[in-house]
Amino acid sequence: MTTQQPFWNRIFKRKPIAAEPVQVEPATKVDQLDFEMAPSDPLLAYFRERPGVVELDSLVFDSPALQILKDAGTVIVVPLMSQGELVGMVNLGQRLSEQEYSVDDKKLLSDLATHAAPAVRVAQLVQQQREEAVERNRIEQELKVARLIQQTLLPKEIPVISGWELSAYYQPAREVGGDFYDFLEFPDGRLALVIGDVTDKGVPAALVMSTTRTLIRTAAETLVEPGKVLEQVNNKLYPDIPARMFVTCMYCLLDSKSGRLQYANAGHDLPYLRTDTGVEELRATGMPLGLMPDMGYEEKEIILKAGHTVLFHSDGLAEAHNPQREMFGFPRLKASMFEHSGGAGLIDFFLEKLAQFTGPGWEQEDDVTLVKLRRTPIANHTNRINGTETMIPNQQWTPIGEFNLPSQPGNERQAMDRVAQLVTDAGLSVRQIDKLKTAVAEATMNAMEHGNRFVADRPVLIAMTRSADQIKVSITDFGEGSQTGSKETAESPDLEAKLAGEQTPRGWGLFLIKNMVDDMQVLEGNNMHTIELLINLETEFKL
Amino acid sequence: MISKPLETNVRAHEKSAVINLIGDINASADEEMNAAFSQALVLNPESVVLNFTEVEYINSTGIALIVGLLATARQHKVDILTFGLSDHYREIFEITRLSDFMKIVEGDQAAQLVGTT
Repeated sequence: MTTQQPFWNRIFKRKPIAAEPVQVEPATKVDQLDFEMAPSDPLLAYFRERPGVVELDSLVFDSPALQILKDAGTVIVVPLMSQGELVGMVNLGQRLSEQEYSVDDKKLLSDLATHAAPAVRVAQLVQQQREEAVERNRIEQELKVARLIQQTLLPKEIPVISGWELSAYYQPAREVGGDFYDFLEFPDGRLALVIGDVTDKGVPAALVMSTTRTLIRTAAETLVEPGKVLEQVNNKLYPDIPARMFVTCMYCLLDSKSGRLQYANAGHDLPYLRTDTGVEELRATGMPLGLMPDMGYEEKEIILKAGHTVLFHSDGLAEAHNPQREMFGFPRLKASMFEHSGGAGLIDFFLEKLAQFTGPGWEQEDDVTLVKLRRTPIANHTNRINGTETMIPNQQWTPIGEFNLPSQPGNERQAMDRVAQLVTDAGLSVRQIDKLKTAVAEATMNAMEHGNRFVADRPVLIAMTRSADQIKVSITDFGEGSQTGSKETAESPDLEAKLAGEQTPRGWGLFLIKNMVDDMQVLEGNNMHTIELLINLETEFKL
Repeated sequence: MISKPLETNVRAHEKSAVINLIGDINASADEEMNAAFSQALVLNPESVVLNFTEVEYINSTGIALIVGLLATARQHKVDILTFGLSDHYREIFEITRLSDFMKIVEGDQAAQLVGTT
């Protein structure tokens, strides 16, 4: 135990009672004895068990605290106990008269301790509260400074580039993290896009963020290749960055005319590219900035075509937790990219997803930063549906709800019932709900069986969204297989051939799904597949 | 909703064999369905009547099982009739064209078929 207050050592000197005020002479010797008493010290247990005045000469046991007190010449100790807790001690040495302490002396001391202990405890609590208030103020001031630094340095305006959509969102956590993003426009029309995250929080993180931003801007003035930019920033940052701090950062260079996007990554969360056929990560390897000198950074490039969307993000989204301590996670983030067209409202879509996931009263754990880059589609974009190009209008989708299920046979029954519950208020007819339930059950079975191959810990993610005139159910697996099976098609099965034994009686799943919904889309990505089921709302339920 | 394993019982009624189906018709119903159908064929009926009144769930594998029964019935030159389908599964039988090969009966005709009048 560390005693909560310095111990009081007093040597009392009896004074004669005088009719006239007299100047009290100071005690001959008053020492303050500071030492820590371990919680396991037997003297502490002794005090708890035997309240009152303690004569040290009578104590014979092995106690470091007892030894210290005896060495200091203490003869009597009066523990100040409050609610079973030792809040202080009055330690007395030999009386000046060298006589022993009388019974009256001890009673006086005991009474004094009884009254003094609660007062000392109150004083300690007041002092503790004062110290905490000062610390809170200091932290609040520091957070204000950190917020100010970040808000000052984040872009005030989003660049406007013909043929491109750019949008950004930044929401600091209460304890400000070190997220940042930046846009650098070059005279030849190229645009550098930067997103990063400094480890640590508060002012230290904000200062490192500020330094990194400046170093990037300086490097980008003379260097073109993203890998070289990060290499230079790393070497300049490394000598000065505080211990145990580093910066993850992605630097991209966009040629807005050709759609060429060059990029290098210093350990930042991988951005997602959404195309008409699926979602993939933009991978490039590289160590975070400030960890080790002379690092090389892999450079990659892609051509962004009309309708392609890239979402850059910080870990504040993927690592957000719900009340059950489940993480939002990268699979959910990637699957959500499937659900949205990538057009207007993508960032709001993710924020609503996050809000639904975390529930009300969420205390944001880290900064959330999202930056969207999209090449504007010419008119509408196309989606490939079972080999057929179909025109899909751009739509705003609002989340209704989502859940996931382990890949175990029979779980499709849960899927269909939970979807039916979630769309209760959407205005679907009984017939529409029955058909949707069958489609969901079939798609979930396919995801569990063909996609996840019944590996139980591979979940099937089922998400519902709605637009002004449609309900969409997206069913995603995370396996290597194809969700639709290798042979099955949505074409009408040949029943005569099946009855004649010329074909297997199976192969109805995709056909059933197609006939239960108004439209469907199959999106294939790296180790994930999504089937989207679309139901048209009746006129009176359209928004 | 938890999956309800299929149970069946078979009985003769006039020139038909009636199979009462109780539970879900999915992959796990394979053995029970085929056993019941074999039992029905032993009765040497002119037709087999499938009673779906107590079936809540049929999936695509269940459809395949019914196609299998239909193929077996054709080999034995036995008609299959059904009754008790919900509106939803009746629509599915129409979409899959199963209804082209097995007569869907209802009302009094159904009651006479299974002897509940």
